[in-house]
Formats: sequence, C-alpha cells, structure tokens
Amino acid sequence: MQPFTTLTSTPAPLKVINVDTDMIIPKQFLKTIKRTGLGTALFAEMRYKEDGSENPDFVLNQPAYRKSEILVAGDNFGCGSSREHAPWALLDFGIRCVISTSFADIFYSNCFKNGILPIVVSPEDLEKLFDDADRGSNATLTVDLEKQQITGPDGGTVTFNIDPFRKHCLMNGLDDIGLTLEKAPKIAAYEEKLKQRAWA
Amino acid sequence: MTATSAPRTLYDKIFDDHIIDQQEDGTCLLYIDRHLVHEVTSPQAFEGLRMTGRKVHAPEKTLAVVDHNIQTTDRSKGIVEEESRIQVEALARNAKEFGVEYFNELDIRQGIVHIIGPEQGFTLPGTTIVCGDSHTSTHGAFGALAHGIGTSEVEHVLATQTLIQKKAKNMLVQVDGTLSPGVTAKDITLAIIGEIGTAGGTGSVIEYAGEAIRALSMEGRMTLCNMSIEGGARAGMVAPDEKAFAYLKGKPKAPHGAAWDEAMRYWQTLRSDEGAHFDRIVKLDANNLPPIVSWGTSPEDVISVAGSVPDPALIEDETKRTSKQRALDYMGLTAGTKMTDIPLDVVWIGSCTNGRIEDLRAAAKIVEGKTIASSLDYAMIVPGSGLVKQQAEAEGLDKIFIAAGFEWREPGCSMCLAMNPDQLKPGQRAASTSNRNFEGRQGFKGRTHLVSPQMAAAAALAGRFVDVRQLG
Repeated sequence: MQPFTTLTSTPAPLKVINVDTDMIIPKQFLKTIKRTGLGTALFAEMRYKEDGSENPDFVLNQPAYRKSEILVAGDNFGCGSSREHAPWALLDFGIRCVISTSFADIFYSNCFKNGILPIVVSPEDLEKLFDDADRGSNATLTVDLEKQQITGPDGGTVTFNIDPFRKHCLMNGLDDIGLTLEKAPKIAAYEEKLKQRAWA
Repeated sequence: MTATSAPRTLYDKIFDDHIIDQQEDGTCLLYIDRHLVHEVTSPQAFEGLRMTGRKVHAPEKTLAVVDHNIQTTDRSKGIVEEESRIQVEALARNAKEFGVEYFNELDIRQGIVHIIGPEQGFTLPGTTIVCGDSHTSTHGAFGALAHGIGTSEVEHVLATQTLIQKKAKNMLVQVDGTLSPGVTAKDITLAIIGEIGTAGGTGSVIEYAGEAIRALSMEGRMTLCNMSIEGGARAGMVAPDEKAFAYLKGKPKAPHGAAWDEAMRYWQTLRSDEGAHFDRIVKLDANNLPPIVSWGTSPEDVISVAGSVPDPALIEDETKRTSKQRALDYMGLTAGTKMTDIPLDVVWIGSCTNGRIEDLRAAAKIVEGKTIASSLDYAMIVPGSGLVKQQAEAEGLDKIFIAAGFEWREPGCSMCLAMNPDQLKPGQRAASTSNRNFEGRQGFKGRTHLVSPQMAAAAALAGRFVDVRQLG
C-alpha cells in the first residue's frame, strides 16, 4: 500500500448527498477478479452517456477536475454495498483523498486498506471547501496527514480528526495482515480457550 | 470472560467476549467465529493469500456459496455469461485449493449467503459473523454480532480469523405496539430508516427491542436486521429467545446433544442488562404503522402507501434539496402524485431481505386464484435458496405463482443488484422486495420502489400500489 503523507491537488466538488457505492462503481464492473483497472468505471453511470461518450456535465469530465486527486462530496459518502471496488476505482482514477461531512462505516474502513484518506469535516467547513472547489484550477488544497490539516487556496486551514492507529498505518503504508500475524500467539491462546466451548 | 459490574448491552457482551488484544487507543483485535464467502468479493482476497503464501487460518469456520452472479434460469449446463462464469469458477477453485466448504450453483443448499447461514445453523447466537457483503447484518436476528466487510478484510479474516475493530456506539430501536394485518417487518425497517436517515446509524450497532420485535418471527427479524445497513448501522441485532433457539434446533451445522445444552446455557445470558447504556434511543409505535413504499433513490425516501410523492422544493438545505430533486427526476415522478396512482412495469419478489419461505407464503396468499395485471411487463419470484424453493414447491406455492402469471426462478441474488441477466430496462418501474432503490441498482436507469412481499404481490395484481390493509 502506498503511504499517504501530504497531497496537493485541485479538489473536485460532487454536491450530492448519500453517494452510494453503486454510484461509485456500478455492478457490471464487479465481475472482475482483479483489483486494478477500475478507474474508467468510476461513477460510470453519471460520467458517461448511454452511447458511451462522456457526459460533459459531470464534474470529473470538466477540464479543471480531470486530474483531481481530492474529491469533496455531500454527506454520507460511500453508503450501501461493502464492495471494495469503490475505493479501488477511486484509487485507479487517481483520487487519494475524499472529504465529506460523514462516511458510511464500511466504505470508510475500506479506504484505509487502500491508501485513501477519508476526511470528515463540519458542514460549515464543507461549504467552504465546496466554494474552493468551485474555483476550479485556480484553487488547490493541500492535505497534510501528519498535521491533520487541510490548507485552502487562501491560506485558511481546517483541522480534522483521525484514529491514531489508522493514521500510523496510512502514513507508513502498513499491511494489516502482517501486523496481526505478529499477534499469532495471542490468537492461538484465544483459540485454546475457545476449545472449552464445544458448540462454538 | 471479562468480568465487569457495569450493566452491558448485548453488543457490549459479544464484543467483549471476542477481544483478543486491545491497544491503548481502543483498537481491538476481534476473533471471528464464522466467515461467509461469495464469488464477487472474494477472488482478490484469495489471490492475496496466494501471493503471500498464506493459508486459510480456520477453513472449518468458513463457508462459501455462489449467489450474486448466477442466472436464475436453468443452470444445469453451467453459467451462461462468461465473466460471471469465470468468477464462479474462481470461487470453486479457491474453495478447493484452500479447503473451504462450498455450495455450488446446483447444490440444493445453495442460495443467498444470508439465507443459507441461518438455514444451515452456521449462524449462531453470541458469535461474530462476517462476510464481504453489507447485508451480513441479517444474522444479527439470532443475537450474533454480524456485519459486512471489504475484500481486504475478507483476506484478513481468511488469513488470521480476526478483524481489527474499534467499538461502535450502542443504539436502541424500541418498537412497541402491534402491527396491523398486512403490515410487516419490512414496513418497520423502512419506517425506521425514514426516521433516522441512511446515515442515522453510522458508527453504531443497533439493538431492536420491544413488544413488536418480540412478536416478529425469526424471518421477520432477519428482514429487520438485514436493512440495518440501509440505516447506516453496520450491524443490527435482536436478543435471542425461544423463537431463535427453536429455529436453530436440529439445523445441520447447529450444535447437537450436550453441546446444544451447553450452548443454550450461554445463549440464554445474551440480552442487554437492565440499565445498560445506549448512546441513542429511537422509538417507533407499531400501532397504526401503514405499509411503506419508497419514492426516491435512497432507502430514506419513504412514505405511507396512503401518501403522495413529497415536494423537494420544501427542503431548506441546498445540497439536500438538489439531491432529492435529482431523485424525483430519476424516478420520473412529480411531487404530489398519490403513491397509489403510480403505474408499475415489473414486480420482483426475492432477495436476502424478503426471499424466505414466509415471504413467499404471504405473497402466494394474496395472489392465489388471481392473475397479475396485464399492464405489467412481467412479475418474477426468486426464492432465496434451494431449500426455500423446495419447501415452496412442496406447499404448491410455485403453482399458485405460475397460475397467477409470475415467473418462478432458481435461487440467487438476481434483480436485487442485477449482476445477472435479471435487470430492469431503462425507464422500467418496479415494485421490489429488495433493499436498495439506488440509481441503476436494479438495471441502468431502472426505477425501484421498495416494498414488503405483501405489497409487491398486491401491486402485481393491480399494476399499481394498493394498500394491503384494504384487501379483504
């Protein structure tokens, strides 16, 4: 997993609430047995017209946002299905950071497994960030994970909270399974105790 | 195993009981008792194991089944769609290579992963259950801590039989009163989501309690817990009682003999203590609860069948207003239209929410001796599992449905997420017993209205929504 330290990019505004994972990646793209190559499928039903051509109204098709690495979105981003194809598609497109007022639990957790930083901000800060994002290529945001801070185009800052363990893993690109396997003796001890439960 | 004097919730008890290790910041390593696996969210996890030379830590605690991708027409000659077939074959190969029990598409025990878990007695009270599928919350009906995980976590559980977790908040949903005839668990859950919103349960585990929950059958409780995720809660649960124990007794994978008696002694302790702390309490009165229909593209967009399509212009918040207007435009509806005036094209009954035998019985009772409206393009029944289908056929329900004009299909997820050929066409409008009315969920530009099986059956006869309370 690629470590996340700082990121500077033009933020893309997606002013929709309850963006669900079916919207982020429709089911026809879930038939893959790989994690890669899903960037073209990101937001497919909003991003493309029925004939397959780009929908010019969709934010990521507009010149200023085609290379955005930060997405600013409405409340409850990533709700619905647990499909990790959603963060895989975001990552493959190039998005490393999503900012919203809240995230669905499973999506939030999936982001951290893939080097994507989901940031929760207040409704007031989200409005400010939407305004920044509306300025297109004239504005960039800088996200500093170490400082837990977003710096806007005019130098204003927004601080955010993040779980210390998740921050540590993200900053160092750590593999969860490797960390857990270091606790193998504790797992074995628990399983030994479980043997007293014939039914479990 | 941890002795504390403070009163604890059911969730607290099961969580505490599974802690292997706890870090200073509260991050826990939690033991996972049961892992369900399906073809869509597992291939990358097994591939990860192969690449790192890891094994499945506890294959006997893992059960694999195909459900999402497979066609619901004849499968005796294999899976028709190539990409789907590749995914199904990958699961078969992975299960064999890693020593995991697997129900293939021709196995009578095959079905939707959340239907077969309880059916096999794989789902047990007091256990932790995960699956790479958000509707894993279903299993909470038995007093299990059950929730969906992503594919990286599937790999983590396969490799270690554990999950890294932080404790969620406790939320109590208390439903008292008595449901009117024709009003169901589905209406309770849709009403709750309408009340709390799709982010209302974010960061929480819901416990459902109260007179109306106790009165629900196990299948009704599964419907209820299933849709906890639609209210934002990863998990929902009901304290296990005699109904739960009676359901499980004698199931193939449930404990037998002395092990059953020992399990029962533990299971009977699984309830929230008097005075246990809940971070949030939501109350709903089951008396006078109407049948609920969704009107928009989020499960929070719900209204009584006796109501009308609401007007987004009345919403103050701009982003919310434009989002709800977008939903109405997508649905092709106008504010003020009576729900009972909306004509339907398709009726679909099935899913891990409402694809069990009681759902089919309830629908059959309504359509028996009648025929579906000629204005419908089609109506379809997809049983949740091979065993549900077998039971329904033994009771003659298939004949009732076929005589009424329904298609009677093979089990699977089918049009609930439309990964297989069962899909709405652009513009088609469906009454569906599934769980999500998201844009494109049941087919590109398809329009979904979420309802109970009774409401779907009645809608199939009329070609539009009707209030099932008014049926004789």
